[in-house]
This record gives sequence, structure tokens and C-alpha cells, in this order.
Amino acid sequence: MIQVTTEEDERKDLAATGQPRSFATVGRLSHLRKLEAESIYILREAVAEFSSPVMMYSIGKDSSVMLRLAQKAFYPGKIPFPLLHIDTSYKFPEMITFRDSYAKEVGAQLIVHRNEEALQAGANPFTLGTQKCCGLLKTKSLLDALAEGGFNAAFGGARRDEEKSRAKERIYSFRDAHGQWDPKNQRPELWSLFNSHINKSESIRVFPLSNWTELDVWLYILAENIPIVPLYYAKEREVVLRNGSLVVIHDRSELQFGEEPRLVKCRMRSLGCVPCTGAIRSEADTLPKIIEEMISFRRSERENRAIDHDEEGSMEMKKREGYF
Amino acid sequence: MATAFAIPDTFESFLQQELKKDLLRFTTAGSVDDGKSTLIGRLLHDAKGVYEDQLASVQKSKVNRSTGLIDFSLLTDGLRAEREQGITIDVAYRYFATARRRFIIADTPGHEQYTRNMATGASTANLAIILVDATKSLLPQTRRHSFIASLLGIPNVVAAMNKMDLVDYREDVFARLREDFLELAAQLGISSAVCLPVSATEGDNIVEPSVKTPWYEGPTLLEHLETVPVRESASIDSLRFPVQLVIRPDSTFRGFAGQIVAGKVRVGDSVVALPSGKTTSVRRIVTFAGNLDSAGQSESVTLELADEIDISRGDMIVLSASQPIASTSFAATLVWMSEKPLVVGQSYLAKHTTRSVRARVTSVRHRVNVNTLTHEPTRDLHMNEIAVVEVETSHPLFFDLYNESRSTGSFILIDPISNATVAAGMIREDRSKFTAADPARSGRETLSIRSVTPAERFERHGHRPAAFLLKKDGLESAERALFAAGFETIILHSDALNRASFSHVFDLLHSAGFLVLIDPDDLDAATRHKMGEHSERIFFDLSNNTEQSSDTDLISNILTLAHSLRLGAVREKGD
Repeated sequence: MIQVTTEEDERKDLAATGQPRSFATVGRLSHLRKLEAESIYILREAVAEFSSPVMMYSIGKDSSVMLRLAQKAFYPGKIPFPLLHIDTSYKFPEMITFRDSYAKEVGAQLIVHRNEEALQAGANPFTLGTQKCCGLLKTKSLLDALAEGGFNAAFGGARRDEEKSRAKERIYSFRDAHGQWDPKNQRPELWSLFNSHINKSESIRVFPLSNWTELDVWLYILAENIPIVPLYYAKEREVVLRNGSLVVIHDRSELQFGEEPRLVKCRMRSLGCVPCTGAIRSEADTLPKIIEEMISFRRSERENRAIDHDEEGSMEMKKREGYF
Repeated sequence: MATAFAIPDTFESFLQQELKKDLLRFTTAGSVDDGKSTLIGRLLHDAKGVYEDQLASVQKSKVNRSTGLIDFSLLTDGLRAEREQGITIDVAYRYFATARRRFIIADTPGHEQYTRNMATGASTANLAIILVDATKSLLPQTRRHSFIASLLGIPNVVAAMNKMDLVDYREDVFARLREDFLELAAQLGISSAVCLPVSATEGDNIVEPSVKTPWYEGPTLLEHLETVPVRESASIDSLRFPVQLVIRPDSTFRGFAGQIVAGKVRVGDSVVALPSGKTTSVRRIVTFAGNLDSAGQSESVTLELADEIDISRGDMIVLSASQPIASTSFAATLVWMSEKPLVVGQSYLAKHTTRSVRARVTSVRHRVNVNTLTHEPTRDLHMNEIAVVEVETSHPLFFDLYNESRSTGSFILIDPISNATVAAGMIREDRSKFTAADPARSGRETLSIRSVTPAERFERHGHRPAAFLLKKDGLESAERALFAAGFETIILHSDALNRASFSHVFDLLHSAGFLVLIDPDDLDAATRHKMGEHSERIFFDLSNNTEQSSDTDLISNILTLAHSLRLGAVREKGD
């Protein structure tokens, strides 16, 4: 049994083509190039087949990658759909700054949607619990925004490797008129032939990054030099330890009784709302260091997000209700 | 350990290693209780693919099905309903990597009613792992899984003989299963089949070689996955570029965006656009990262052409020199995936590459019994059934046969009322020559008429021809039984013909694909000799063993022999 691509092959191919492309195994596409090509194919299919697509933009690293892929898919044209950010009002300020400047830079239309009604009623995770809070500020807000915009296809940056229930998610994920997912009644998805047929008020969530892993995302950000929110990089931040998670404190008013913030060098592995997203202790203040950290220290990126811990299968329940 | 996630000395070398890795997509098939989820859980776990916190959450899980330390199947059975019922009910995708390769697993359930899920997982796989329970002999499900793997055109098949711990790691048990499996693989035309003795619960030969199988010198499962050549499924060398959409940012640029699903394209290539048939050449191959001189299979690019010709989504750009079949009529194997059965003659939507057309199934040739691989006559097609059908479309599709090209030989059928994906199809044969198609419309200059081949007759009848030699008084009951079982059959009497023409008539009936029933007393030695001249012909002589056995035994014996004629494939000469 032998490896197909030998070094000799590569040299030959190098001689033939003149130069290696940025990250191709010459003669055959490397896994990153394959993933990139697949994602571009998915983005183009959905844009060709849906009358009104939108891209969910969460400002996180996966969104950044998805946005770059959209730039590539429609180049030299512009991104042919708006970006939609569901703002819970509990996002890190750094995220909002990044969102506004980056959307402008890539020339995309940005829609920001908040569930103002719930916010005015004082929705917050401390009194409602994370499940109910997410339900109001994310899920409901998202469904409202999709309905308001008349969007029938929404791109999401979710990856199948993130969490167990996502492993069964289709690339084209059908949602009924209430935005709900029925895991037992999913459309079979063969080859790369996606079924885009829906009735009025039904919709499809499209996941171009389905087959990417966390490491793929980071490698791609590095290889493509894609901008990300500075919160991903380690630096000294004021934190408290709450329920086993490091919670970054932006304002003393967020402190609970008896808590005393400390300066800790830390960073975010994934970005969510301030109260529910923990930081990790880290020295990784550059991309290479972040990737090194990932492989020496393999802990699921969602570990520090309280929402998945609520109950076994909590993500599946949220998804059934319409959460991304 | 060669297979561990080795961390190179420097970040730079790590990065180089990561960026050069290739990708192997594989699927797993096994029945309930074969230990498939356990095997995958073990593979992920031992390959360090399981994150610590997921492991922790499994350890504290409320439901526990096995007595071991960690129930590996809980790592893979994702959905709540599955955890409760203890079965895997849908295709789940898993990701892991070693220092050499990245892997995507399509984990598909093995329960009979889920043939469609297995076909789904197999449709994108380069390799299939088929789980075999070593405590049993090869079961019908192994036949089914192997058949679906071969049907979907997976180039590499691995049979993991699992539960070797329960048979005391005996070499003879493995050797027998191996022999049976390789025979099955050969029957199905699977060219690359490998067998491994493993125990998923004990971890033998999954990642590390087992000390308990000193007689086994081959690779472990992970070693095999890491080193087997990543063979793409069947794919032709000629360019196939289905147009996804037209990119026209301003009046100066008009490009056709798509993924190269087969072959390669270079700047300057002379191309033709289908269905218009207009010819032009490639001016530029445009990507965000810069223009390319050439691009190959799987690359997503945008082609700018030298002349302004009318091309839109669903059209296909190909090299002028090597074009696909353009036809509105073809035969295909369908895997039916909907609870609503096929309605012959009803209008469905067919999606093929980026092209959507109206399509209807005009007839069902036969159903394939996935457990026995026999062809069964049928008029309808239900959920999880597989059949060869004839399809007609409203507009031509530009296709290659599935066994030559997976991407341009496959399609799905969609119910226009419910919007459900109801079937997956694999194109087997162009039938434009059987219809009154306009040659210009079908894109073919001339229609080649060729004679009907034995393979086509095999497809039609569902069995190969043979001769049965039977005592005169058993002929009619045998014919009745064979006919009732769906065989094309005829009794050949000598009193109806003179002896001189007997062997000639037999030749004709044999060529027509019939089971010919003959009383050996009607044959003289010379005729008998003449009939046997063709070494590939199959004769069953049952004229001598009627003494001891009852009539019913004889009939069931005949039917068993006849069923063997349904297996395998008839090869065209020169294949």
C-alpha cells in the first residue's frame, strides 16, 4: 500500500505548472482546496435557485470564512445577498465594531435585527435562564427577521463537527413555515444534487461549511489572511470565575455578589453573548499560536458556551424550534 | 505510533503538513448489532478524534446501553430519539484527522428500512467499510450492503470482520469469512476488496495491530484508511462543466460560474455549449485569487469565453472533441426514497447536474431484491426498493453513464406536489435510439444501430440462459414453477422437430435468453455433443436424480439452480 502523491510527483507537477498554488497538493486538490471548492459550489447553487437568499452573519470566525467564500463565489461580481446579524444586545462591543467596519470593507449590505419587544421587557439570561433568553433574543428574533425580509434561504456557518445533533444536518436543511427542523423527516441528500423546492413561507437553511472542522477554519483564515475579531487573540482581560467558566467583565455593573475581577491572559474560542460565553486561559496571541494551541489542547470549542450544557440534547431542542 | 496525531517540530512544518493533507470520504454499513457505531466510536476515540468534553458528557449520560467502561456508540448516535431507542436512524457525518489524512465518515444505519440512508452516505464516498459479524456466517445484509456499495460506484470496499474476540481470534473463522466475502465482491464487480479481522469493543486491529491475531499480517483499519489510494469514483477525463450561474457585474464582464465535475480546462480550449451546440474558446479562467492557465476536476471557477453566446444555468460547457450523450430517453437504476410509491407515467422533476427538467418513468424493467440480488418482475416501486426503469425527460440531459462518471451519470427525482426528494437515479443506458428522437435535437449526428447483446437480454429477462435436462414427466411442472417465478422458459421436444434441426433451434432459444427444458431421451449422442460445444453454456442435468427425491424436492432444487442464474452480470464481449 502506497501513498498516491509522492514527492517526486509533486516535483513533476511543479515543473509542469510552474508554481504551486497557495495550498494545493499538486496534481490533486488538498483537503482545504476541496472544501473551498465545495463551499463555493453550494453558495452558487443556492443563489441560483432561491429568489431571496440572505447570509446569517454572526461575526465569528466561521462567518468570516463564509463571507470570504462568498466573495470568491461571485467574483468579480459583488456578494449578491445581504448579511443578517441577530443582535441580542449582549454581544461583545469588539464584535459590533468589527461587524460594522468589515461589512463596509467587503461592500455587503448589512441588516441588524433585535427583538426590541423582548429587550424592552427586560429579557436577560440571568433571570430567564439561557434557554429562554436564547429563544427570545436569538431564535424568535431570527425567525422574525427572516419573515420580515421575505428570505427563503439563509446561509449559516454551522459545521457538522461542532455538536452531535449537527452531525445529521443536511447541507440544505428544510424548515417548515414555523422555521422548525424535523430531524426524523429530512430530505435525503445525494451526491451534490440539492433539492431547493419549497412552498411559500417554508425556507431552507444552507450550510456551506458543513464539512469543515474547526482546524480547517483556522488554517483557512491563516492561509487566506482573513480578518477576525480581536477577542480571538489572547490578551490580559478582566475576568471572574463563574460556574467553572471565565467570564470577561466589561463593566463593573455585570458583577454578581461577592465576585472580584482579576486580570488574566485569556481569549475566546467562540463568540457569543457576553454573559454566556466563557474565555479560556491562553497565551495564543497570534494565529499560528492559536492553531498550535488547538492541536495540543483539543477541547471542544463549544465547551465554554453554557447553552449546550443546559440539558443533554439541548442543541437539538433549540434547532427543532428554529435556532441555527 | 505512526498513526497518532504527530505534532511536528515547528509550526511551519506542521502547517506545511496540514496544507498538503488529502481527504478520504468513507461510509460505513452494518446491521443493528454488528457493532458499527462502536467501531466508529473506537476509531474516533483511538485516533484522538474525540474531544475531552464530549467524552465527559457521554460518561455522565443518563442512558447507558452497554456494560463497558465507555459506550463508544453513544459518541456517534447523535439524536435524542436514537439515544432512547438505541438505534442509529439517519446519516451522520463525522470528521477526524491523522497526521497523514483528513477523513469524513458518512455513518449510515444498517436497518433494512433505511436503504435510502445507506445510498445517501455511499453517494459521496471513496471507500466503504462493511461490518461483518464474525460470530455468524455472511448474512443477507452483508450482501445488501455490498450491493449498494457497488451500485453507488464506491471504488474501494473494506470488510471489517468484527467481534473476533467472540470467536477466540481464530484464523480459520476469518479465512472462511474472507473467502465468502471475496466471492461476493467478485460477483458484484467490486474490484478492490480488503478484509480485516477486528474487534471494535476490544480495539483489536482498529488503530494498533493486535497481539491476539499473530497470524494476521495486513494493516490495521486505520493504517489501511491512511494509505489506501484516494480513488475518486468513476470519472471521465473529458471536461464536464455544468453552468451554475452567469456572473455579469457590469457590461464588460460576462462569466459562467461552475464546478468542473470531470476533466480539465485550459485557456484557449475549443469548447461547445450544450444544448445550443455553439462553439467558441476559453478566453480566461477567472478566480478571486487570480486568473488560471488551467483548472481541473473539483475546482470551482468562472469561465470567460471568446465569443458572446447565449448560455444560462443548466447548460453544460464541454470540449468540442469529447461530448456527453444528449438524450431525453434513458434507462436508470432508481433507489426509491419516498413513502409514496412510484407512479409510472407521472410527471416528476429530475435534477441532473445543474439542470432541472420534467421527467417520467415510462416502465419498470425489474426490481432488484437487495438480499438475494435477484431480479424480480414488478410494476411498482416502494420505499427502499431498487429497480431498473426507463425514463423520459421533457428536455435533453447531457449525461455520461454512471459507471463512467458519477457526477454526470446521477440524478434525483423530486415530487412536484410534495417537493420531496423521492428517488436517486443512476443512468445505465441511453435509449435515444429506441425513440423517435430528432437526431439534431438529441445532439447526435447519426444513430448507431447495434444488435441486442446478451447483457441487454440479461437486463430484460433478469437471468442468464441455461438448459435443464429433466425426465419427460417432470418437464411441465418444472416449466410451470419456473414461469411462475418470473423466468422466461420453454420446453423443447424432439417430436416437434426433426433431429437435424434440434440443435439449431436450441441455439436460437439459448441466444434469446430462455431456460430451455429438455428430456434427455430426445437427444442422440451427436446432438448432445453439438449442444455442449459452447463451453460458456450452462447445463443442469437433473434427469438421473429423480428416483430418490420427491417431486417437490426436485422443483425446489430446480428453482434454486435457476435463481443462481439471476446473480452477477453478463459482460459485453471485450469488457
